[in-house]
Amino acid sequence: MISFDRVTVTYDGASQPAIRDVTLEIGEGELCLVAGPTGSGKTTFLRTINGLVPHFTGGTLSGRVTVAGRDPRDHPPRELADLVGFVAQDPAHGFVTDTVEEELAYAMEQLAVPPPVMRTRVEETLDLLGIADLRGRPLRDLSGGQQQRVAIGSVLTAGPRILVLDEPTSALDPTAAEEVLAAILRLVHDLGMTVVLAEHRLERAVQYADRLIQLTADGAARFGDPGALLADGDIVPPVVELGRLAGWTPLPLSIRDARSRAGGIRDRLGPPPAARAGIAGGTALAASGISVRYGATVALRDVTLELRAGEVAVLMGRNGSGKSSLLWALRGVGRRSAGRVLVDGVDPAAVDDDGARRMVGLVPQTPGDLLYLDSVAAECERSDLDATASAGTTRTLLDQLHDGIRPGAHPRDLSEGQRLALVLAIQLAAAPSVVLLDEPTRGLDYPTKRRFAAVLRDLAQHGHAVLVATHDVEMAAAVADRVLVLAAGELVADGSPTEVLSASPALAPQVAKVIGPGWLTIDQVREALLSSTAPGAAR
Amino acid sequence: MHPGAWWLWAIGLAVVASATTNPLLLGLIIGVVALVVQARREDAPWGRGFGLYLRIGLLIVVLRVGLRILFGGEYGTTVLFTLPEIPLPDWVAGIRIGGEVTAESILAAFYDGLRLATIVICFGAANSLANPKRLLRLLPNALYEVGAAVTVALSMAPQLVESVTRVRRARRLRSGRGGTRAVLLPVLEDALDRSVSLAAAMDARGYGRSAGESPVRRRVTAGLLIVGLLGASIGLYGLLDGSAPVPFGAPSLGIGLVLVVVGMWAAGRRTRHTHYRDDPWHAAEWAIVASTGAAVALLTLGAMLDPASLHPSLVPLEWPELAVLPTLGILAAALPAVMAPMPPLRAASAAATLTAVTGASAVRP
Repeated sequence: MISFDRVTVTYDGASQPAIRDVTLEIGEGELCLVAGPTGSGKTTFLRTINGLVPHFTGGTLSGRVTVAGRDPRDHPPRELADLVGFVAQDPAHGFVTDTVEEELAYAMEQLAVPPPVMRTRVEETLDLLGIADLRGRPLRDLSGGQQQRVAIGSVLTAGPRILVLDEPTSALDPTAAEEVLAAILRLVHDLGMTVVLAEHRLERAVQYADRLIQLTADGAARFGDPGALLADGDIVPPVVELGRLAGWTPLPLSIRDARSRAGGIRDRLGPPPAARAGIAGGTALAASGISVRYGATVALRDVTLELRAGEVAVLMGRNGSGKSSLLWALRGVGRRSAGRVLVDGVDPAAVDDDGARRMVGLVPQTPGDLLYLDSVAAECERSDLDATASAGTTRTLLDQLHDGIRPGAHPRDLSEGQRLALVLAIQLAAAPSVVLLDEPTRGLDYPTKRRFAAVLRDLAQHGHAVLVATHDVEMAAAVADRVLVLAAGELVADGSPTEVLSASPALAPQVAKVIGPGWLTIDQVREALLSSTAPGAAR
Repeated sequence: MHPGAWWLWAIGLAVVASATTNPLLLGLIIGVVALVVQARREDAPWGRGFGLYLRIGLLIVVLRVGLRILFGGEYGTTVLFTLPEIPLPDWVAGIRIGGEVTAESILAAFYDGLRLATIVICFGAANSLANPKRLLRLLPNALYEVGAAVTVALSMAPQLVESVTRVRRARRLRSGRGGTRAVLLPVLEDALDRSVSLAAAMDARGYGRSAGESPVRRRVTAGLLIVGLLGASIGLYGLLDGSAPVPFGAPSLGIGLVLVVVGMWAAGRRTRHTHYRDDPWHAAEWAIVASTGAAVALLTLGAMLDPASLHPSLVPLEWPELAVLPTLGILAAALPAVMAPMPPLRAASAAATLTAVTGASAVRP
């Protein structure tokens, strides 16, 4: 169906190719997962399939791509629209019309499909993706998961045989991500659609994949059966890592496979580990009765919480449950309809911006919003001045957070992880006692996430109170001393990760799902196995 | 609902508004427009903007009256108060800053401002009742690309506002310094990113598929359009300027228009699209247009019978009066508030509430 023969893509002005010498063959009706660290060329690979590379992006393509007998080099993307459906990373950016129904029909209008056929195809697609109740709704009022399904539907109506999706679940909460993946699976199983899917969070999708493409940082690719490739890959989901630890062959890719074999390891592990030793100090931030209203909608209702110095708290909840509103309200910049926030007895909303920064630092969901200078060095200098810190403070902080960021680099050219580190360093330059982060791990690969988790633990060790809003349960399991869950603007759970995460089917990390409640991360399992096998170590 | 019906309705009311300075009639028009918008706007982003137009209207009136107070103008004799006058050199004779402020001049400014505000509010109403993008779908096929560009621009505006708000808020996290650059740069970056992803998405979904036309034909089509437009402009100029030679008048205009029509037809054949669910034109649409037609007709009749009632006298000062015919006409334009069908989303949510309240599925047909 899709074949790549020694394909190399080099963008204009780039020193090295984005993908290098890729040869592979994806069969009809297969679900193929594309994995790899940030910047490894996943998006480039996907765009090569429908001709966006090189027709839209420029650059040179050598080698030969064939998609269902057609060569994308001779056909621009618009001529392939009836063969390849392409859904980009942020679906909301690709919407052309205003309502769900019109959006579904757009591609067909471009292909001059006769109106009666359009009507039936729109109806079929609405049913297939389970969005029939949304038909007349404005696209802007939809949730992230709904938007993603509409975006998939909007390319499906053109009748393609191949569907290409770029990180369809990266912005979604676990439940919405499940819904989107379920819709994609239905397309593979019921319609025989060939699907190529890029995904950072392998744990979500690898179990469904027939094929895996692993791209490496230099743009080379490995292609094959997921189980075989993951056996020695360095980017693997927790369930595979667990399988390797326990020495299971073949490696389990799904929770189901792993659970059926987990009896043995459960016995070896013994009782679950004690919760992380509490090093939490005094109260750093006390919020009481926080409510936030936007017109008639209530974003937060009477939320009361305390953050303690030396503690990492993780804030979870569906998209739209009020996580961002809470962070902004705590910072004192966002709207607050009622309630009080006290940091050292002072409300950050009551002091000027310079003063509030020293109390609470916030890294927003789009960190790039804070950057406006030409180089990393200029941003650091500016930050020292703004925070009235001694020269070089921000740079030193940045080097601790992330090594190897060139001072001359333009902030726009940084990777997601580097940009996050820069903005965090800028916020830390003012030495706030409380640090808030909104969805920091969006779009980060496993190694970057692991490094970032260490950064957060380190911040807590240095006496900061840290609150992280995230959808990423594995991240939460790795860093949290405490987990807070928001639902429809109310705080519904507040407790240790063991209590909160393992109790919930949607929020449980993979390790908890396989071994049982009480276990959260691979590291815990590894330590327990080591101490139980080392003779006499435990007793 | 056909978007054209709402636009015709609003244009009719705007025509009525432009024909009168009577504040009572103008107020009545604003009331009617607001009533219809409240009753029949869709529960969607484009239906939520009416308040903005009301505020723009208020701003127009305030500016108009404020400027008149400041710059005075010797008009009328009923002095209300006197501002200190700033002496200006002789060569700006005719302009005065400060001085006596008369009731007549303020009222004149108020009537004038209110008329303009009413017209703006009428168009705001059309925008809130009918999605402007649906209206663009009515463009002939030849103008499809232009329509697409306008559609994209229309969606960019609210996104730009959103991203300015977001970046301004984010700037406060960093001491709020950095001036305009700190806001402008991230906003532009965001807009650029969005435009590029939108372009990629449109391309991937088949926008701009050619029907395999030869370059020669494309050039002929473009040539026809350009020559036709040139001819039409020369002809129009010739008609308006009496001293121009005859061939530059009507014949030139006629030939130009014919060429434009042929060019449009040829260009329309080039791009092949179909339309999903064209808006039908039924009895409700006719009724809406008829209601605004009645308003225009009754106003015209009223103007013939009693022209003074449309323009209340300022010298001497008199209370404006409501003449019967124009009032009836404007009230007729309020009928769509009950005649027009409920827009689909609001109808659906109303039905859902009804089911929830009665708690029975028996309500469903």
